[in-house]
Amino acid sequence: MLGKLGWDSIPLANPLPIIASGVVALVICGVLGWTWRRGYFPYLWREWITSVDHKRIGVMYCVLAAVMLLRGFSDAILMRTQQAIAYNSPGYLPPEHYDQIFTAHGVIMIFFVAMPFMIGLMNFALPLQLGVRDVAFPTLNSVSFWLTAVGALLVNMSLVIGEFAKTGWVVYPPLSELRFSPGVGVDYYLWALQISGVGTLLSGVNLVTTILKMRAPGMGYTRMPMFCWTSLATNLLIVAAFPILTATLAMLTLDRYLGFHFFTNEAGGNQMMFVNLIWAWGHPEVYILVLPVFGVFSEVISTFSGKPLFGYRSMIVATMAICLLSFMVWLHHFFTMGAGADVNGFFGITTMIIAVPTGVKVFNWIFTMYGGRIRYTSMMLWSLGFVVTFVIGGMTGVLLAVPPADFVLHNSLFLVAHFHNIVIPAVLFGAFAGVTYWWPKAFGFTLDETWGKRSFWFWITGFYLAFMPLYVLGLMGMTRRLGHYDVPEWQPWLIAAAGGAALIACGILCQIIMFTVSIRNRHALADTTGDPWDGRTLEWATTSPPPVFNFAVLPDVRGEEAYWGLKSTARENRRLSDLPDYVDIEMPKNSPTGIVSAFFATVMGFALIWHIWWMVILGFLGAWATFVVFAWRDEAEYHIHASELEEGDRRRREAKAKLLDLPPEALA
Amino acid sequence: MSGGHKAGGSKHGDPNKLGHGEVPADEQGPAPKRIVVAYGFWIFLLSDFIMFAGFFAAYAVLVGETAGGPAGRDVFELPLVAWETAFLLLSSFACGMAGIAAFARNVRWFQVAMAATALLGAAFLSLELYEFTHLIGEGAGPSRSAFLSAFFALVGCHGLHVTLGLIWLTTMMAQVWAKGFREDILRRIACFSLFWHALDIIWVALFTVVYLLGAGA
Amino acid sequence: MTESRDLDNVSDDTAPGEESERESIAGGIRGYAIGLGLAALLTVASFWAVQTNLIYGPGIPVALIALAVAQMGVHLVFFLHITTGPDNTNNTLALAFGVLIVALVLIGSIWIMAHLHHNLMPMGEMLMRQR
Repeated sequence: MLGKLGWDSIPLANPLPIIASGVVALVICGVLGWTWRRGYFPYLWREWITSVDHKRIGVMYCVLAAVMLLRGFSDAILMRTQQAIAYNSPGYLPPEHYDQIFTAHGVIMIFFVAMPFMIGLMNFALPLQLGVRDVAFPTLNSVSFWLTAVGALLVNMSLVIGEFAKTGWVVYPPLSELRFSPGVGVDYYLWALQISGVGTLLSGVNLVTTILKMRAPGMGYTRMPMFCWTSLATNLLIVAAFPILTATLAMLTLDRYLGFHFFTNEAGGNQMMFVNLIWAWGHPEVYILVLPVFGVFSEVISTFSGKPLFGYRSMIVATMAICLLSFMVWLHHFFTMGAGADVNGFFGITTMIIAVPTGVKVFNWIFTMYGGRIRYTSMMLWSLGFVVTFVIGGMTGVLLAVPPADFVLHNSLFLVAHFHNIVIPAVLFGAFAGVTYWWPKAFGFTLDETWGKRSFWFWITGFYLAFMPLYVLGLMGMTRRLGHYDVPEWQPWLIAAAGGAALIACGILCQIIMFTVSIRNRHALADTTGDPWDGRTLEWATTSPPPVFNFAVLPDVRGEEAYWGLKSTARENRRLSDLPDYVDIEMPKNSPTGIVSAFFATVMGFALIWHIWWMVILGFLGAWATFVVFAWRDEAEYHIHASELEEGDRRRREAKAKLLDLPPEALA
Repeated sequence: MSGGHKAGGSKHGDPNKLGHGEVPADEQGPAPKRIVVAYGFWIFLLSDFIMFAGFFAAYAVLVGETAGGPAGRDVFELPLVAWETAFLLLSSFACGMAGIAAFARNVRWFQVAMAATALLGAAFLSLELYEFTHLIGEGAGPSRSAFLSAFFALVGCHGLHVTLGLIWLTTMMAQVWAKGFREDILRRIACFSLFWHALDIIWVALFTVVYLLGAGA
Repeated sequence: MTESRDLDNVSDDTAPGEESERESIAGGIRGYAIGLGLAALLTVASFWAVQTNLIYGPGIPVALIALAVAQMGVHLVFFLHITTGPDNTNNTLALAFGVLIVALVLIGSIWIMAHLHHNLMPMGEMLMRQR
């Protein structure tokens, strides 16, 4: 009846996860109870959970990412403290628990922190920057988000019910095959990633279509803001790479569930094919994460240097070159597998070539700042910290791209230090910069700068203290994923790294304080103009927060930096542009399709993990019925009357006239 | 917001009174929904092709790993494959006819053509099921060898797509019957026919690489 | 009244699967019939090529792949209406990107895995050394 599920599935003997999940459950119950008592549920349901507004969905993605960042970071703290004390002692984490922790850390950080942060920022900013009212498929967007949330939910469920994979975040067979991992841990991994992967793929399709087919009049390809270009490349990569992950994980699933022999030891299976396929997805994935933040940094650096982005067109070429080259380097993740000198040589060279467009970007950012009037806001600090740190990470990457060097450093902490040195300054710093940058646009008030800067300094010092020792340890021969060790020389470096993690914890604390303080002071920090940073792109043309339809009339784009152009013209003519004609518009209706289909996906995923076959069928039928109900609806859109648009736009224009210091008659 | 009432009445609408005449293709503003929807679905289909590429790659790598079991030439029956191909091709043609009927807003012909599409698709599927059960019965199931695993997964993945297509197709028929040719339904019909034709392309690769190259060459 | 371009006078963009020149119904049917005929012809040729003795043995795989590519092209043109016309630029570019990735994944995997296989120690020798 309940498949493999039973009371023994709950790890009562293991106090740590039980206590941790107990605390989490208490917090969740507390939040839910508070929301219930304040009567916020109808509001949340109406305005957020069923929302198909790209801005709201973007915000929800970022909230999911932030919450999961706390979970992934607590895993990191566990690992760092364990390694700091585990010299000649077992430490405090038993091996099977430690193995789950490093697997969960990787999975959560990549799939449920980095990915939702990037997709959230793209969702929020893209339609605004392109000057349109929504993404191409608004309801699908909501489905994508909720499917991603299902993946996160399943991973966290494994904490209490059953176990998580103990195989490392890329679940290499044969370890991940049924014979060596008989528990449900790998199944949790497989289904969580398949379900959230569907969400990611659909959102990639959605955003590619948005960028290529939905742009304001005049917004030609070579007038799009840099963030749109990097997002285009990112989403093309999502569309091209995630299907490979789907196929690979499906093969492993068939091995585990139906006795296939893709990657087993017996009957001709080939484990190396799994390694090959997963990295054919995995390497583009790195660029999926990093390209959007290249866009964020381009926007931030250009805005706070008060200059157009240097080398806009070379930046486009570099972005698209990375997009294509990222599919030609995947073997550098397994140089040591033995494909021979010619194959390794080829992929080593392509890996070094891909550093070239990345270098072009770094120079472009530096030249953008050169001669600019730089404002050192917290966003700019994140960007500068990124440029410096990322170059170090990039150079150790080029080092690892040399196959003979890789044979020495492979699987060591040097590698761990390298990819954290890429991912943290790029993806996390970029996400923080992006969140700070677009926060006023989303909520109508800026974030507290003092606490933002404090957080930056803690993060960057913490980062160096935590990861530079790992380079040293790697060169000393320490391999990754060690639960305990007996080399006395390693311990001081590991204690230092734990200290770095503590500093990063302070950085996170500062960020929590920053959000609290800012929300409390929101009236003092209010952004009344819609343009708090003297921005250059179209999102700053509308109000903060923007109305649900973003723009009363689609903006008129006449060149690069559309909004900067509008502002310059207005300043020159001492008046705003002519009053446009307001026409009724249609906006998509909110729909519970996303959350309902996510509910059925959860049921189905859980049932598949535990082999509860009747529940699988029920889940599938439920999801199908949800889509049929959605397809059957008669009214998909609602009207917004021209007079309402006109009224809102009048207030926006007044604010803009005030911002540009124009006389009252400028409004006419 | 087409500024049709204004002097000149530019073809593409001119909401901001720019007064430009021939606008380059990428500067004309958001595309009509018909194009947006079909383009999005086209992108999705391309991602599907890439997923199949993963299965094809696995097949190509594992095709020799028979582990002492049967190889392709021992188990493939080309006449069966020829029939499957014929059914699928005709089904694709019928689907094209359904598209034309939808374009002509002819409900009856649409339903007839869609029913033909479904029947031919189901015929294809039952032949494939027959082949699979037959192979498993002979002890040549997917757990026999890596080659057979890759074969069942690749062909089965196409079969799964056809199955999902049949569910979609029947849902579409019911929808047209209940709601008629609404704009959004017409867009879905266009997507469905893209999907169905794309499955043919996969099948061409499949019967060539798996069956013909496996059985004969 | 929507923000998007008018349906009737768009000359520079076509949805995938849509015929550029919207012809008469008879014209549409004719297009599909030609497509079906060509596809059937190429399929028959493929099945024939496997069984015939007329083609030089090692040439058969090449012939089969050429026929398959041709047939995919027929399907794309006559059924999916993907053309090289200016109104199809975006659709064709997307297709080209997809084909490139498919090719990279296939060729890359086969190349890499063949070399791995080549460098593996043969099973017999491994057993011998273990003795």
